[in-house]
Amino acid sequence: MGMTYGVGHKSSSRRAFFSCVGLLLSASALLNCSKKSDVATTPAPAASGSAAAAPAPQKQFTAGFIYVGSKSDYGYNQAHAEGAKTLTAMGIKVREEENVPETLDVQKTMESMINLDGASVLFPTSFGYFDPHILKMAEKYPNVIFLHCGGMYTEGKHPKNVGSYFGYIDEAQYVAGIVAGMTTKTNKLGFVAAKPIPQVLRNINSYTLGAKSVNPKVTLSVIFTGDWSMPVKEAEAANSLIDQGADVLSSHVDSPKVIIETAERRGVFSTGYHASQAALAPKGYLTGAEWNWETVYKYYVDKIQKGEPFEHLLRGGFKEGFIKMSAYGPAVSDAAKAKADEAKKKFMDGTLLIYTGPLKDNAGKEVIPAGTTMAQRDIKLESMGYLVDGVKGSVH
Amino acid sequence: MSQVSPVPTSPAGASGRVPSARPASGRAARTSLLKKFEPLIISSAAIIATLLLFGVFLLLDGLNPLDVYEVMFRGAFGTWFSFQNTLQRAAPLMLTALCTALPMQLGLLVIGGEGALVVGGVSAAVMGLAMQNASPYVVLTGMLFAGAIAGGLWIALVGVLRAYRGVSETISSLLMSYIAIALMNHLVEGALRDPESLNKPATRHIGEVNMLGPIPGLDVHWGLVYGLIACLVGFVLMKRTIFGFAAAMTGGNMRAALLSGLRVRHLMVLTCFLAGAAAGTAGMIEVAAVHGRANASLVAGYGYTGILVAFVARQNPLGVIPVALLLGGIGASGGLLQRNFNLPDASVNVLQGILFMVILVSETLYGKLDLWSFARGATARKSAEAGAVA
Repeated sequence: MGMTYGVGHKSSSRRAFFSCVGLLLSASALLNCSKKSDVATTPAPAASGSAAAAPAPQKQFTAGFIYVGSKSDYGYNQAHAEGAKTLTAMGIKVREEENVPETLDVQKTMESMINLDGASVLFPTSFGYFDPHILKMAEKYPNVIFLHCGGMYTEGKHPKNVGSYFGYIDEAQYVAGIVAGMTTKTNKLGFVAAKPIPQVLRNINSYTLGAKSVNPKVTLSVIFTGDWSMPVKEAEAANSLIDQGADVLSSHVDSPKVIIETAERRGVFSTGYHASQAALAPKGYLTGAEWNWETVYKYYVDKIQKGEPFEHLLRGGFKEGFIKMSAYGPAVSDAAKAKADEAKKKFMDGTLLIYTGPLKDNAGKEVIPAGTTMAQRDIKLESMGYLVDGVKGSVH
Repeated sequence: MSQVSPVPTSPAGASGRVPSARPASGRAARTSLLKKFEPLIISSAAIIATLLLFGVFLLLDGLNPLDVYEVMFRGAFGTWFSFQNTLQRAAPLMLTALCTALPMQLGLLVIGGEGALVVGGVSAAVMGLAMQNASPYVVLTGMLFAGAIAGGLWIALVGVLRAYRGVSETISSLLMSYIAIALMNHLVEGALRDPESLNKPATRHIGEVNMLGPIPGLDVHWGLVYGLIACLVGFVLMKRTIFGFAAAMTGGNMRAALLSGLRVRHLMVLTCFLAGAAAGTAGMIEVAAVHGRANASLVAGYGYTGILVAFVARQNPLGVIPVALLLGGIGASGGLLQRNFNLPDASVNVLQGILFMVILVSETLYGKLDLWSFARGATARKSAEAGAVA
């Protein structure tokens, strides 16, 4: 087609042109399929670590927030954007950029925020921004502070102007599982998940164990979609789980939006993840496991304003205020509320541990022997590779 | 092009339409001058029209378009940092654009650059890991060949399916992209997985010493040079060689090409190989210059943006360079639009969408735009229209 300048167009080439537009439109959907974010790992022990030499106090500064998806996605990115709003309320100048892929693009966005917006503190919020992008920029701009979500900091290996935070949100999934287990009529729960990686498996397992703690007859079916943002597959998975009899759906994807909407439309219950999706399902939304980044961001801003060193590896659960539950929906019974509140209280005072032996995986193999207890910060939980008994699904 | 059928083995029975030539006249010299500048005039007009249309969109948002364009210019070309940002973003687009622009010379619409990029990236990473004991230059050369050949074979398969089995290259290349991404996920989550990459499955790192560094004096990696060279080579090949002439002839009229004894099937497969090699090189650069390993970050949409670049460049390999810079600049300034004006990220998509639609519409102007006769009055205009209709 490119060779026909001025020779007069053949209609076939024009048709090809327009057929290309249609294909491009469908292809452009793919552009959104590559967003991956909300996972965390850390091979490092508990949330401490010696702090860096104290930087100069910065009373007023510009903070740059970078999101891998849309900041109004009812999910991972929205949870961070809500946290960013608390900075604005504290009088900090906030600059935000959304839909930034985990490529050189994010490096350039960080540099652009530093060079053109004068940002001195950056919050690149996606898990995949850390290595190599944040590490490279942190070396290049040693006076800028980079605070990453994912809990990936390793003392001695990573630059001093970097911090990484994350929360033990599987505690909140356990509580949501209790509500689901008390609410289900069919004793079948459904879970739509992105990838069978440790962080996701831990959420599925904690949710299942929470449900089983109040209702031993419960089973949970899980479907993996393969990526973090696949709305079409997520809707298909939700429908298929409902067709199989599941009457409470939960999820671990970047944005649970379509799953919650599908559940509501089909008249089944749902529990949320990342942020509150209550507005999407006024009838069927039970509760949800939410991040509470406000706590974390206030901590960092406070340290920076005072010029004090900050924790490089910052992690926490209910007790530390890193996570919270969505308000109970209308369908939650008082008995379920009582059980859930009780579990939450036990998490707060540290008396409830989710992973205690004997625990079998769903193939019948013992994964935690009797008498063994794995605490919240146990490093072995960070490389979880199994689904517990009661889950229908496979990690392979 | 519209009806998909395997290339006939012999030209017997071929009944192709020969494009009608414009009637020769005394205006020939002037017309040829106009022809030379026609793409430039129409492309510039299209860009100006895009800015006007997007300006209306901005006005509706309560913004002053001039302010916005000033910030966009600053974010894309206005400072040394911005310009390097633009150059960097343009680099992969040049290579993926060739994946569409080269086969289009033959009339093949290949939109699977994303898949070739992914396959090239994974192959390059595997080669880099296999050559850990070699010197960095040898490793990088090995990776380049691995990425280019793997990407080339990937799209060559599309060419084979088209030439020998009559499978639409557009559909097959798009579907093969999904296969490529699934294959990569399978490999990085299985056989090739670095056991330390718990929550973001990836291959092992190829090693810092083996990474492709920045161009001296610039904050832009060598991928830009690869892209420029590939565009130049593509241009010379397609516009200045017998191979390119044969490709153009096939694209103009496949049956006529067969009648002339051209080996159209070979041309198709070879051109598809070169196209895939360009996209595969882009994948190699992503691994060698940016990530150091192959993982899902390779699927960043460069392959699809490349299609847009190729079309805006009217499939001219040399035209790909400025268009990639333009789109790179839009990408570089997109962040500023969000940060300075609180516009959603989708506004950049609106701009790109308007640009693409205007370019498509402007395609219909070619051959119909006779500036000289506009100047000469109604009679001349009439004859020009008659010429265009013929």
